[in-house]
Amino acid sequence: MSRQYDIIVIGSGPAGMAACKMASEHGADILLLDEQRSPGGQIFRGIELPQNQKRPELGNAYQAGKKLTKAFRKSNVEYVSQATVWQLSPDLEVGYSKAGEARIVSAKQVILATGALERPMPVPGWTLPGVMTAGAAQIMLKESQIDVADAVFAGTGPLLYLIVHQYLAAGIPVKAVIDLTPQGNYLKAARHLPRALPKIKQIIEGWQWKREIANSEIVFIEGATDFRIKGDQSVSGIEYFKGNRWQSLQCEHVFLHQGVAPNLNLSLAAGCNSQWNERQKSWTIETDDWLQSSVTGVAVAGDGASIGGAGAAQQQGAIAALGALCRLGKIEESQLDRLARPYRNELKSEMASRPFLETLFSPADIFRLPRQEDTIVCRCEEITVGEIRKAVAIGCLGPNQLKSFSRCGMGPCQGRMCGLTVSELIADTINEPVAKVGYYRLRSPVKPLLLQELANLKTSAES
Amino acid sequence: MIISLAQKNADTVNVQLDGSPLKVRRGLNVAAALLEANVTQFRRTPVTASPRGPFCMMGVCFDCILTIDGLANQQACMIEVCEGMEIERQTGDGGLQTQQDDQNVPLNGSGL
Repeated sequence: MSRQYDIIVIGSGPAGMAACKMASEHGADILLLDEQRSPGGQIFRGIELPQNQKRPELGNAYQAGKKLTKAFRKSNVEYVSQATVWQLSPDLEVGYSKAGEARIVSAKQVILATGALERPMPVPGWTLPGVMTAGAAQIMLKESQIDVADAVFAGTGPLLYLIVHQYLAAGIPVKAVIDLTPQGNYLKAARHLPRALPKIKQIIEGWQWKREIANSEIVFIEGATDFRIKGDQSVSGIEYFKGNRWQSLQCEHVFLHQGVAPNLNLSLAAGCNSQWNERQKSWTIETDDWLQSSVTGVAVAGDGASIGGAGAAQQQGAIAALGALCRLGKIEESQLDRLARPYRNELKSEMASRPFLETLFSPADIFRLPRQEDTIVCRCEEITVGEIRKAVAIGCLGPNQLKSFSRCGMGPCQGRMCGLTVSELIADTINEPVAKVGYYRLRSPVKPLLLQELANLKTSAES
Repeated sequence: MIISLAQKNADTVNVQLDGSPLKVRRGLNVAAALLEANVTQFRRTPVTASPRGPFCMMGVCFDCILTIDGLANQQACMIEVCEGMEIERQTGDGGLQTQQDDQNVPLNGSGL
């Protein structure tokens, strides 16, 4: 029989850490599993490293994470790092591997806090060596102290401005920033600005980063309506379409970014219901007021359910834990709303800027529905836009059918890099809503493990 | 150009890349270590033998996969370098039969 915890939390970003802190304060027996070497998720990556203790250029949000991480470390939680979770079953058994050994643990309540990943940005040439995501640039900067000089940064979203701001602060030369924010978004977003006032400081901060870039030596291009990456065996340059012609820049490295989307493979494989969010242009996990999913005992908090940012994730983690604690009998139901109120108020404030940000940085159609037919959509199996549209033309009406037609989505990334594009492409080709077309059906294991590991499976009671 | 902001006299470990010795900074993940050594092509894909390198650095894209200490398809960005580690770049799916098996297309890797 596997060891049963009160709560298993998966993911040590802001939502996961906040959930652990809250659950520990009320005496629950908690296990936290996280894939990375140290806590913080992606947003607070490397936050415990000595070299990051005094780095104001990493931004105020990053510094705020230190407090939460310290509180997490002080809390009474069994924390297993480098634990890759590959399964969550309906009866709340969690399968994970660490150092080549698979284990099963179980809990009365599970909180998934799997965070976000970058949305795909399928431009021609995006699979060439030398192309990475803005998130990757951030990770290398925070964790490995590695920067890439003379790179081109392209796309849209606050993270794009943030990483270039960080590069400027560190004195790293940047070749160009190609800001692909659709010009029409500014006016559309403006009407959401009044309600975004609680977060005006953060909005101004982002605007200042952008202004800093525009006023610097960096080649700063706005208003381009198309973009592609050139090269044969690796990146040799980029091209952008502006002023009715293609213009080019030489470079060897490109960082792409057009927002983030929930990393929902584990939630979906666990059976949680999802829904299409039209403004975010992504799938989100259906949750109730206590972040409970459609699967009994499974809560999904933070960006892993729906993108809201680190601040919102932290509040949601606490709320999800409160709900779990009540179901465990560790908190009186009569106390629950009162205890949750300060987190709900903070959460409301954190979410105030979402309509503005989501509208302003909504990626252009051309970067979600590539027009160039030989653009790769499924990176793992190298399936192109043209192949997908052809499959649809001969009767393939959904992402799961597409797997049989073409192996699209069947590679090791399990659709993380192509799923959004595929759902939208199919919907666009057959002129149906994306919600109707659906998403890949996902199955465990959501991360690979060897048959050998399964064969040697230990339950933690035996080890 | 890849720039390291770490101290010049940082601790290193000795690894092997495709049989050649390589000194890398202690504490780095394998993908970061190879990038710092100016290796940007990590593998060739199973379907078209196209070159790929790391993309997301957070374990979701599976483009940085290498054979590490004999185990194929390891996510290089998720594994820390260690003394004596043997890293091999892969063509195809790391050991299973593919159409591209007979192709011996070299990948770049300066500084080795």
